Amino acid sequence: MNEPESAITAQGVRKNYGGQAGGAGLNGFDLRVPAGSVCGLLGPNGAGKTTAVRILSTLLDMDAGRASVAGFDVRTQGRRVRERIGLVGQYAAVDEILTGRQNLVMFGRLNHLPVAAARRRADELLERFSLTEAAGRPAGGYSGGMRRRLDLAASLIVSPPVLFVDEPTTGLDPAARQEVWTAVRELVDAGTTVLLTTQYLEEADRLADRICMLGAGRVVAEGSPDELKSAIGGDRVDLVLSGPADVEAARPIAARLAAGEPLVEAPARRIGIPVAERTRALIQVATALNEAGIEPEDIVLRRPTLDEVFLHLTGEGAGEAHGREPGGGARASTATAPAGRVKTGASATAGSDNATEESV
Amino acid sequence: MSTQAHPLSAGSPLSRLGWALADAWTVTLRDLNHWVLRPGAVIVGWFFPVMIVLMFGGLFGGAIDAPGGSGYFEFLMPGMFALTMLFGLESTMMAVTTDAAKGVTDRFRSLPMSSSAVVLGRCVADMLNSVVGLAVMIGAGLLLGWRWHGGIGAALAAVGLLLLLRFALLWAGIFIGLAASGPETVTAVQILVWPVGFLSNVFVDPATMSPWLGAIAAWNPLSVTASAVRELFGNPGYGGESWIAQNAALMSVAWPVLITAVFLPLSVRTFRKLKS
Ligand SMILES: Nc1ncnc2c1ncn2[C@@H]1O[C@H](COP(=O)(O)OP(=O)(O)OP(=O)(O)O)[C@@H](O)[C@H]1O
Ligand SMILES: [Mg+2]
Repeated sequence: MNEPESAITAQGVRKNYGGQAGGAGLNGFDLRVPAGSVCGLLGPNGAGKTTAVRILSTLLDMDAGRASVAGFDVRTQGRRVRERIGLVGQYAAVDEILTGRQNLVMFGRLNHLPVAAARRRADELLERFSLTEAAGRPAGGYSGGMRRRLDLAASLIVSPPVLFVDEPTTGLDPAARQEVWTAVRELVDAGTTVLLTTQYLEEADRLADRICMLGAGRVVAEGSPDELKSAIGGDRVDLVLSGPADVEAARPIAARLAAGEPLVEAPARRIGIPVAERTRALIQVATALNEAGIEPEDIVLRRPTLDEVFLHLTGEGAGEAHGREPGGGARASTATAPAGRVKTGASATAGSDNATEESV
Repeated sequence: MSTQAHPLSAGSPLSRLGWALADAWTVTLRDLNHWVLRPGAVIVGWFFPVMIVLMFGGLFGGAIDAPGGSGYFEFLMPGMFALTMLFGLESTMMAVTTDAAKGVTDRFRSLPMSSSAVVLGRCVADMLNSVVGLAVMIGAGLLLGWRWHGGIGAALAAVGLLLLLRFALLWAGIFIGLAASGPETVTAVQILVWPVGFLSNVFVDPATMSPWLGAIAAWNPLSVTASAVRELFGNPGYGGESWIAQNAALMSVAWPVLITAVFLPLSVRTFRKLKS
């Protein structure tokens, strides 16, 4: 089999669920994922990530457009596509009455492994996702994270050429998240193409070669993680000050050291300063505040959040992408608010993590 | 990952059929595992009709004159066997909607297995369940004094007709379950099962109903099967001069075949083309 150049392509895919307003799932969705790479599909709730994944994995029919996976048309060659994909849906899809092991053996059998191989594979996967202890218990009694891990294991029984993963780590603890990342990485190293949807910039950062930002059913921006982040001016120093007077006093310092326009939120006593050079800027800001006799409650160096990248990008492309939806930007910010603690590995260098998370 | 397990690719149509059957069996085994892990649900399913029999026997056994002057259970049991087959539709539909709600259906659909394997697996599991349920009912009937009076061949033919009805209703159940928008549909069907059950000759003679109600009751697939089964078991029933009463045996095959012909292809198609 000769692998095609791009493992996943979509051209002008449209899907309207009909019914109530806002039923538009996809609205001219284009995508091209080169074979062997990882594409991160980012976007707020309702952007159409799940719709895209379901269409590409042949679970859902599109209204218009074209899409192919592993060289086969998802519309007309569904079976061939299904022979080459793995799918991890947004919500864990396991049999709740069966035990964890029985689930994996069953899906192994349905992937046409012989009985012995299915059992062996099940045990391997249970081990790797730290489910060996719970293997004999019904999956319905698992915690959300355990169920998620079982679900993921069920999708990795055979290594598919193309893997779709819809928000794989939502609700997982850090260790499990790490496990998922490692599993995905290993698949990629073995040549699997991955389309990953996520709310977490950090996740996309770690795993994705390219990121596609989805907003209101279409791709509003595309690029490597670094490209996207630098598009909005890189890192930021966040200050939380102890009073209104300090905010006023810090304002000129922020203006002087900022690489862009500082964002002053007086009621919250916060100032966000875009900076160019990471640690150096942090030291400069801290020194300047110290010299001015201002003692901030918190000072944090961080990468732009998904909110910021997204707002920035949709703000830029608003006229085109959100022609009939002027509230697109606002919607993005409210929609991602619960998941707003998007942090990168190198986020906090000073001050407490928690403060950042709360204030973000 | 260490084990590189590659699925054997489906080549010839024959091996495809082989895989479809193997996959269907895997799906069936899944249900049998459910029986073992959650015996309560299936056992309740098997004994619920027995409870209905006892209830009706106790409540109406003295009040209703069974045709032919024999015991009430002689008359009631064949109709109850048929009703048990109707109840099966509910459990089929429940299983199908639960799988859809839990995302299991989607996982099946994303696997490279034939669309018919999942529904076929459901079918085999439910038929096995019904065979046990019917055996429980026959056992209960025998304990209560019901007997069959024909030969063993006729009795087996009766069982065959009952299972044929179950088979047909099963496809209706799968289709409704797949097409159902949510739990409301299941509730609606659970409620509707009762009027369908009562609007038949299972409990009373359709001739005593108002003419149009009686006609519906007489043509009810449930009544037709009940009549044919009574005849085969040699149990008393309501005769009549109408065409449908005279041709119960024919219709007890024709109805299920028709229902299956409509709902089996619909089920397979719907499984592949689920909307959301
Ligand atoms: N089954 C459905 N029926 C009607 N509308 C739907 C259905 N599924 C999705 N939609 C609509 O399509 C749009 C995109 O939904 P989708 O689930 O693809 O978003 P998403 O990006 O996956 O969001 P989330 O981050 O919440 O998972 C939303 O506006 C949603 O309301
Ligand atoms: Mg989603």
